Amino acid sequence: MEKTPKWVDVALIPLLNLLIAFVISGIVVLLIGEDPIKAIKVMVSGALGSPYGWGYTLYYATNFIFTGLAVAVAYHASQFNIGGEGQATLGGLGVALVLLAFPWPHWTIALIAAMAGGAIFGAAWAAIPAYLQAKRGSHIVITTIMFNFIGAAVLNYMLVNVLRPRGSMDPATARFGASTHLPTFHDFPLVGQFFSKSVPANVSFFVAILACYLVWVLIWRTKLGFEIRAFGRSESAARYAGISPVKIVMAAMLISGGLAGLMAINNVMGEAHRLVLNSVEGAGFIGIAVALMGRNHPFGVFLAALLFGFLYQGGGELALETTIPRELITVIQALVILFTGAFDNMLRAPIESFFVARANARKEA
Amino acid sequence: MSTTESNNAGRQATAALATENASDAAEAAHAAATPTGAPAIELKGISKAFGTVQANKDISIRVMPGTIHGIIGENGAGKSTLMSILYGFYKADAGEIWIKGKHTHIPDSQAAISAGIGMVFQHFKLVQNFTVLENIILGAEDGALLRPSLSKARKELKRLAEEYELNVDPDEKIEELSVGHQQRVEILKALYRQADILILDEPTGVLTPAEADHLFRILDFLRKEGKTIILITHKLREIMEITDTVSVMRRGEMTATVKTAETSPEQLAELMVGRKVLLNVDKTPAQPGKTVLEVENLRVKDEDGIERLKGINLEIRAGEILGIAGVAGNGQSELLEILGGFAKGTGHIRINGEEIDLTGKHSDGQSRRRRGISHVPEDRHSLGLILDFAAWENMVFGYHSDPAYQKNRFVMDNAGIVAHTAEAMERFDVRPPIPTLPAKSFSGGNQQKIVLAREIERNPALLLVGQPTRGVDIGAIEFIHKRIIELRDQGAAILLVSVELDEIRALSDRVAVMFDGQVMGIGPVETATQTGMGCLMAGMGGEDVRGMDGWTIAAPEESQ
Repeated sequence: MEKTPKWVDVALIPLLNLLIAFVISGIVVLLIGEDPIKAIKVMVSGALGSPYGWGYTLYYATNFIFTGLAVAVAYHASQFNIGGEGQATLGGLGVALVLLAFPWPHWTIALIAAMAGGAIFGAAWAAIPAYLQAKRGSHIVITTIMFNFIGAAVLNYMLVNVLRPRGSMDPATARFGASTHLPTFHDFPLVGQFFSKSVPANVSFFVAILACYLVWVLIWRTKLGFEIRAFGRSESAARYAGISPVKIVMAAMLISGGLAGLMAINNVMGEAHRLVLNSVEGAGFIGIAVALMGRNHPFGVFLAALLFGFLYQGGGELALETTIPRELITVIQALVILFTGAFDNMLRAPIESFFVARANARKEA
Repeated sequence: MSTTESNNAGRQATAALATENASDAAEAAHAAATPTGAPAIELKGISKAFGTVQANKDISIRVMPGTIHGIIGENGAGKSTLMSILYGFYKADAGEIWIKGKHTHIPDSQAAISAGIGMVFQHFKLVQNFTVLENIILGAEDGALLRPSLSKARKELKRLAEEYELNVDPDEKIEELSVGHQQRVEILKALYRQADILILDEPTGVLTPAEADHLFRILDFLRKEGKTIILITHKLREIMEITDTVSVMRRGEMTATVKTAETSPEQLAELMVGRKVLLNVDKTPAQPGKTVLEVENLRVKDEDGIERLKGINLEIRAGEILGIAGVAGNGQSELLEILGGFAKGTGHIRINGEEIDLTGKHSDGQSRRRRGISHVPEDRHSLGLILDFAAWENMVFGYHSDPAYQKNRFVMDNAGIVAHTAEAMERFDVRPPIPTLPAKSFSGGNQQKIVLAREIERNPALLLVGQPTRGVDIGAIEFIHKRIIELRDQGAAILLVSVELDEIRALSDRVAVMFDGQVMGIGPVETATQTGMGCLMAGMGGEDVRGMDGWTIAAPEESQ
């Protein structure tokens, strides 16, 4: 028995999947009478060709890192957390409440407090489906989906009835104090000169990278991570070892929800400077694709988040620069998700058998 | 010794005689039941191999219409494989199936049903939230509309109920029914499909004695109506009570087919268990010390509320191995599970005089390990190992909270564990000795050595061992046995569960035989006879059992 080389598994197959997705997207572009080569040029230059483009690409990527990590952590405990959207929504609420509650003197303190607020609200939103799964066996996929809707409704209610400043017609909170605004890439020494004032990428990007590292430590270095992975791989063996299923499901989902909630420091605190309706903009769902493509490894999640950040920003540019309708961007993103995520096994089986056959042939020779 | 030898010779003669008698017996049964006609089922030279394992080897049987034919044998003897071939789940490598005198091909279960074969599985195949009636017609509906089928089935059900005492409320949902009633639904399903050959696989395993009695009455009615029944079981009492003819299977072969009236439970037990070459284990007599494990009136119920352990009492002293013999499924697994901390129950378990929690927070595997109980589980694939984990991760699995394996308050000492694993693999001769290899890449024997190394090196007060050498090659068997004996000599108490009688005999100092969730007998290994143990494994006392000196017997005297 030979195994496929690791690079095939982690690099070649995702890249091939991506390529197929792009080729099919190109065909679609061709079919509506546009030039696919030009389209890809616009996307690349729009997302990566300028500091401005990078500023947006990294901003989106930051969102996707948090939600991707959220899905990945839950996945290691074999829990499919589809509720990143709702958890990030509630995280936004937590961040907003923290930032509005107190005139924070400096953004560093405000950031720490906002992170706590976002994580706690996100974790709390994940806690209810987690408890129902752990104790009552209600399927977590169903409950987390439902909690996305409830979360949106809660946010709606809070913005319209509770947090809306008197006299405002806009269902949004008041602006946060200027002292809580996070430094953007424009404010950084050395690189700051390249980025314009308007780029949204901010210090949260580095928090996201730190989160990647910490998740890696958690999953592969700590006792809790060991138990989460053991439970995720074999529930029966975990029971034999005396690992409590309730504890693991709760722990993994709380961490997962907390990570999704943390996303709010980027979009709510870092960019919008207030909480608006639908502030998450589907990042919770893209997190699923990011985790799938990143094979639930923090480094893979980081790379996949960059890719989806590129798609998001490049897609936006495409709609601006060409007559390709904005809806087509969604089609391209969907194709990428389809091929890197859902169709992953389609290529995997033949490629793996090819490499296994080659390795066996070599051994015999 | 000489008496054993002569006994042995005598039994071999009996066995040979029995095999020769096989066809005669079938003829006789045939003559008794129906004067004319071909056998209801005839299997000719059926063989089936799974990889290198020969599950069925050249098996031939004839079952006459209107008779009940028993098939008896230990676990893994090949009974279920044979019936799966007959029901179209497996394709035989060689051999022919003749139904009512016609050569029949059975590629799938649909073909089996249309040939008139009905099967009642050990685990029922019923839709829990459908009614009885809906389950009966499921897959046998006439046309697209349900109503006509349902009313037809209702009428038919009424007739069958009257005829065979098969009373079930047709509108009750399956989940509301007792296990015995669910089984009746399975039988009704088969009869509704016009089955006249009924195969029942271990039908009484899930039944209470009263339900079992009722089942046998039903089977008797069915036999009188001319139906043919094949009863697969490991319970000798049932064979003696209801069957006309009986076949014994052992290790994939049909060792004998005899008329039930002309055989005795003792002879069947002998044929079932067989005489195997004793495994050679160097072992000095045990030096038992103080009592380590006391079990008192231990009871365990499974998820369906069926009592799997029905009041177990036993004790094990330090430096002693207690072997639990028995056909699998008689409560041995549940005994290991509750001792290992992943089943709940009632009663008392004491380790070195200290009471252990059987429910609640402190009844889990971690608490058990802290009390000095180590556990080599029966199923290393689903319990003992995480196959995707590397050897080093498996080497601390269950003990991963041990402070020795932590680098600091936050992270585990992975490098230290890898080094520790490399040494342990050396000591236990695990090949290849590569700690980073995933567990699934090792052979069965080496996987088992990883589990064994992990559990034995904790130096437990009590070691639970389930099927230590299942799926393990000969070389590793010897090694594993030696390590278990070594641990005994260091003063550990050991509870060994195995379906291999040879293994029980070779390793144990004392033996307890379990049947139907109870200990049928317990005593020293020296005086245990093969036949006596065979009888106890089938839930019967009797002369052979009484002959075993120093044994405490709980099994009832045989009824015949």
